[in-house]
Amino acid sequence: MYQGIIMAGFGGQGVVSGGILLAYSGMVDGKYVTFFPAYGAEMRGGTANCSVVVSSEEVASPVVAFPDSILVMNEPSLAKFEPKLRPGGVLFLNTSLVSSRSKRDDIETVEVPANEIAEELGNIKCANMVMLGAYVKKSKAVSIEALKKSVAKVYVKANEKVLNMNRQAIERGAELVK
Amino acid sequence: MAEKTLMKGNEALAEGAVRAGCRFFAGYPITPQNEIPEYMSWRLPEMGGTFIQAESEVAAINMLFGASACGARVMTSSSGPGISLKQEGISYCAGARLPIFYANVVRGGPGLGNIAPSQGDYYQATRGGGHGDYRVFVMAPGSVSEMANFPRKCYEVAFKYRIPSMILADGLLGQMMEPLEFDFEPVDTSTIPEPDWVLGVNEGRKRRVVRSYDLAPGKMEEFNLELDSIHSEVKANEVICETIETDDAELVLTGYGTSARVCKSAMALARKEGIKVGVIRPITIWPFPEKIFSEIADKVKNFLVVEMSLGQYIDDVKLSILGKAKIDLHKRPAGGIPVAEEILGVIKQILGKS
Repeated sequence: MYQGIIMAGFGGQGVVSGGILLAYSGMVDGKYVTFFPAYGAEMRGGTANCSVVVSSEEVASPVVAFPDSILVMNEPSLAKFEPKLRPGGVLFLNTSLVSSRSKRDDIETVEVPANEIAEELGNIKCANMVMLGAYVKKSKAVSIEALKKSVAKVYVKANEKVLNMNRQAIERGAELVK
Repeated sequence: MAEKTLMKGNEALAEGAVRAGCRFFAGYPITPQNEIPEYMSWRLPEMGGTFIQAESEVAAINMLFGASACGARVMTSSSGPGISLKQEGISYCAGARLPIFYANVVRGGPGLGNIAPSQGDYYQATRGGGHGDYRVFVMAPGSVSEMANFPRKCYEVAFKYRIPSMILADGLLGQMMEPLEFDFEPVDTSTIPEPDWVLGVNEGRKRRVVRSYDLAPGKMEEFNLELDSIHSEVKANEVICETIETDDAELVLTGYGTSARVCKSAMALARKEGIKVGVIRPITIWPFPEKIFSEIADKVKNFLVVEMSLGQYIDDVKLSILGKAKIDLHKRPAGGIPVAEEILGVIKQILGKS
């Protein structure tokens, strides 16, 4: 089992912290994991992104050139990463903020109104959790339980109310995938 | 031992150094290693140690000279351009026999280059780096776990032989996160005996001198020859190398650090297709595992070197094998990261398999 993931959006959407949570959850599930942020020459207001690998074998390179899944949080990220998605890969699309759709016929799209669901739950900041919930349910890269359990380990400064909201957001995301 | 944690390579390296007894850090910022000084800036005061953001790299390395002369376990870190600036001071430390420890989280060069991962500083690390006839004990980690656990060995060797020691990493190892476990308990610095050369308050003992020059006729040659015998001892005792499935191999892949990670994956791909590939991965790149290469080259006739530079590491492979086997090079410099499938293609080409 090998899943190379790129999560992308703009700064503040929790793309990096979401990636770390996913990697942490993989570790909890006993998988080999790596997390690699795009560092350095990133533009303010431009895209932030990170690569995560979850694998049953040792990971050679944490750099994901051709992802199996992409978690796209905003419009510019779709243009940037959709062409790199492997044939047969899955595009998780934050339809709250992205109006374009993929024109590729060799990939699958899972539409996730992440911001809307996050707002319903009380805070737009947990849109990243909605995306992760959908991704994990679909890919089974890690277990939903590990993801929910790891929230408290990764966001050590968050209070119980915020942690619970994040766990709910994960569940709501997962419910989108049948 | 403690449960697994997820850490960034740079932070793991910093924490590993603290656990290994580092109590003095001086440095100057540069990407992709900034998490090291950032971590040290809060962690060392917590341990009763000292963190200084120096005004320059040159100042930082000379602060290490001073603190090390007083017996502290010291550290600095930088990336290629900053390590270049520190070379004068490193050479002085080598000349004064000071057991300093430093890390180079390599970025693309030459010049200011870029901030992407690279292995372009191999020569600089393994040939001493600064002026004069000295060598540095160099470890090349290949994972976040090794970033965390190698500083201990670096201090051990540095203090045992009184030579500088370093970790040669790259931007990828510095920036990535991976689960890790420390394989040692934190060192209690109060239990480390004070070496008999450290400076401090002289309460009636014999005068001690720490310096890197001696103008008396013949003295410097004498000192250099003494260094030579120390280097020989390090070569005899401190080589660390990993070899995987070289016994039945028709081709041996070799690389260090990040390149070695990818070599291992390429090996697995090749073996799945029935192509017998092994891996030699030096963990110390000075001293270099010459003997291991030489012995394996008696049996295996094809070597493929993988490096994120233009052919620096390959020189040590050539010097070890001395013409006993054919050596090819797969290079991805200054931000290029080798890919396992790509290496498999090269292997097939070399062995004439399609």
